[in-house]
Amino acid sequence: MATLSLLYFARVREAIGLDGEAVDVPADVTTVADLAAWLAARGSGYADAFADLTRLRAAIDDRFVALDAPIAGAREVALFPPVTGG
Amino acid sequence: MIADIRVQEAPFDPGAELLALEALGGGAVASFTGIVRGGDGLEALVLEHHPTMTMKAIRVICETAAARWPLLGIVAIHRVGPLSVGERIVLVAAASPHRAAALEATAFLIDWLKTRAPFWKQERFADGRTSWVEARAEDDAAAARWD
Repeated sequence: MATLSLLYFARVREAIGLDGEAVDVPADVTTVADLAAWLAARGSGYADAFADLTRLRAAIDDRFVALDAPIAGAREVALFPPVTGG
Repeated sequence: MIADIRVQEAPFDPGAELLALEALGGGAVASFTGIVRGGDGLEALVLEHHPTMTMKAIRVICETAAARWPLLGIVAIHRVGPLSVGERIVLVAAASPHRAAALEATAFLIDWLKTRAPFWKQERFADGRTSWVEARAEDDAAAARWD
């Protein structure tokens, strides 16, 4: 188990009802995509937030990463929809 | 190269920002201002961002621009929080000795800011509805032309 800080933004934040939390991640959760699938099993809001991984983006410790990026060594993972600024 | 990057709730004055870039002594200053567009009962946008990451992401975008074009200065200001129709959201501007560099760098800055900085827009309508703005394939295509 490793403790990870999670941040949620925009639609993901609204679906889950939290802007972040600390979680203890099991050892078989090794990538961002694994993390999303593991979180999706926590309840209906989580399931909504992570139902469509094509609309999920992520950052590890303030850097954008692909969903197949490993979470080993990460302090903080942010999960959010595609960005829409500008 | 001086990059003036700001993420703020407060309004900004594009004229004052362009004067500062003119004072750098190049022959060319170009800019883009993004404004909340009305229609379909839209009252406001709410701009959300990833507070610890936003400045870093914009700095990377500015450094990339500075590596590609001969720039004397960049201004990149992005507002967050609630913004009414007609309010300014974003300003990017570039100063260079040459107009092509200033114009191209400005287009690059806004294209990458739209696709590589952690901001999200929520629409608020007069009837109380809210809706998250969807990312647009055209924006990805515009950003990809600089890859």
